[in-house]
Order: sequence, then structure tokens, then C-alpha cells
Amino acid sequence: MRLITHNMLQCHVKGCNANNFPLELQEVVLEQEEAELNEDFLRNMLNKLEYEALVATCLKLDINDLPATMPADAMYNDEFLQILHRVILETHIKSGKMVCPNCQHIYNIRDGIPNMLLAEHEV
Amino acid sequence: MLPTPDLSHLKKKDYEHIYEPAEDTFLFLDAFEDEVPFLKELKPTISLEIGSGSGCVTAFVGKIIGESNCLKYCTDINPRAARATFGTARQNQLSVDVVETHLVDALLPRLENQIDLLYFNPPYVLTPSEEVGSHSVEAAWAGGIDGREVIDEFLPFVKRLLSAKGAFYMVVVNENKPDDIREIMAQDGFSSSVVKTRLAGREKLFILKFTRV
Repeated sequence: MRLITHNMLQCHVKGCNANNFPLELQEVVLEQEEAELNEDFLRNMLNKLEYEALVATCLKLDINDLPATMPADAMYNDEFLQILHRVILETHIKSGKMVCPNCQHIYNIRDGIPNMLLAEHEV
Repeated sequence: MLPTPDLSHLKKKDYEHIYEPAEDTFLFLDAFEDEVPFLKELKPTISLEIGSGSGCVTAFVGKIIGESNCLKYCTDINPRAARATFGTARQNQLSVDVVETHLVDALLPRLENQIDLLYFNPPYVLTPSEEVGSHSVEAAWAGGIDGREVIDEFLPFVKRLLSAKGAFYMVVVNENKPDDIREIMAQDGFSSSVVKTRLAGREKLFILKFTRV
């Protein structure tokens, strides 16, 4: 699971409607894997990211490369786009847990795949 | 003719737990091959396959839309299918982001109106309702009454997921009442067309395509 996907996932336990994003990563095993850089794709993704959540998540993982706020010239800032590429598309979570900051529900990541399924009584 | 994805890493034993590509899968591939000009024009930034199973369709579509210019999401309720999709993407030199979930649970609201390309080969087979809801290979086919129970659960999500330019493709059979499905989607503001049909044994298969009016 790449960090970009973590940025897209939210707790969906019934009744858990506030403070349920981003899920808190715990006990994660990370792996870097090279991917082809595509600036146009990254530009298209900029307004789809929850940037603040991404930075906060990265800091907890000791990934300190991203600026605290998105640069105003992000679209044309090659250095920034390269860092972003490395963080969201080349950083993989092989295993770990995602904990909802609100209801504390734990979602497991195994074999690089997040399990977002809930038991029937939680739906 | 575009090549069928390499599935050589999946063995007979795997297909006890995940759906083995069959006529419906291959018709879906043929439909996407017909849609190549449209897909190239669409240039999706984010795609999403629901119930990706072996990963065959996403690997095929991924080759059409390209590797680095699109974030390709797949979901499956069956953990073995999720892993098979992941493996098939690897086998075919593609990056696919797989989430083990029911339909799109946990991906909304973040992916609200962000999906440019959405596709689903749903469990369309007519079965007793009790057979719906499995997390095993039955999830790939058991569709309940009229084969519509999972389809009908999913249809309301389409208008939430698709971007303004987005397109949704779905496999159905005659017993699912394609015209009724198209009518429901028309009420949600979608125009529809039949991209492909084929008679496969007793099944009359359709590939439906929906775009915003």
C-alpha cells in the first residue's frame, strides 16, 4: 500500500463521523520502491491530496522531506514534485495498522494490502 | 489485438478461491479494446475497479491507460482476490493500489467525484439471497434476486464516485434487466449505451457504459 492510498482512506464504522481521518499508522514496515516520475500526473493529483494530513502522517513516520505547507508554485516546482513523488508513490507500507483517531478501530495492513472490512455489527 | 494479461502466476488451486477469467471477463476485455480511442481521450487520473478478482481486467485496462499517468485502484471483498490482483499487476509490470473492502467502503468521501474511469464485473448470477455477502469466491458471482442485489447496492455510488468527465462500465446479463438498470441510472443523470453483447452458453452478456449527460 502506497502512502497516497493512506491519504484516501477514512474510518467507516457506523456512527464514526468526525475526526476519523487520517487514520493513525502504527507498527508499520516501510519499503521504498522506484517508480517512473510523471510530473503531469503529480500536478493532476495536487488538488486531490489532503496535504496537511499527508505531512502529519509523514512526520510520524520520520519522513521529514515535505514542506509543512504546499508551495504556492507547487505545479512548477520540480524539486517539490520529486519529493512528493518519492513520498506518495514510492513509499510502500508492507504491513502495519491504521487506527481511527476517533473510535480507535484498527484496520490491518498485510501483504501490502489494507483491510478495510468491518464486522457486521460495525457496519 | 491487445494481448491478454499474463496470469501465469495463478494456478489451478488459486481458482478454487478466486474467480477464473471466463467469457464475461473476456467480453469485458474486448469492450475495453473497442474503447481504446475513448480511453486515450479520457486520460483518467484515477481509475477504480470494483471486485477486481484475478486482476485480469485491471491489468488489461492498465496497459491501455498507461502506468505512470493514472492511479489505479482496485477493491475486492475476498482477501485472496485482493492479493491475486496485486500479484497480477506485478506480473504485468503495473502499479495497482488494492484495497480489501466491500464495494467502496472507506474510499468515500475522499474519492468523491474523483474517479475518471470506474468499472465493475459484478456478481450477476441469479441465486437465493442468502448466498449474497460471502467473502470467498461466491462473492464473484452470487447476485441474489434477479442477480441484482449487489448491482443495486452499488448503483447509487456511481454518481458520488464519477468525476464530471468520468465513465462507468459494467457487465450484466439479460436476467439483470439491463433496460431497467439504464432507466435507474438515467434518473441519476447518466446517459448509457451498450458497448458490446455476446451470447455465451445460456448467458446473454452486455457491457453497459454510463457517462454524465
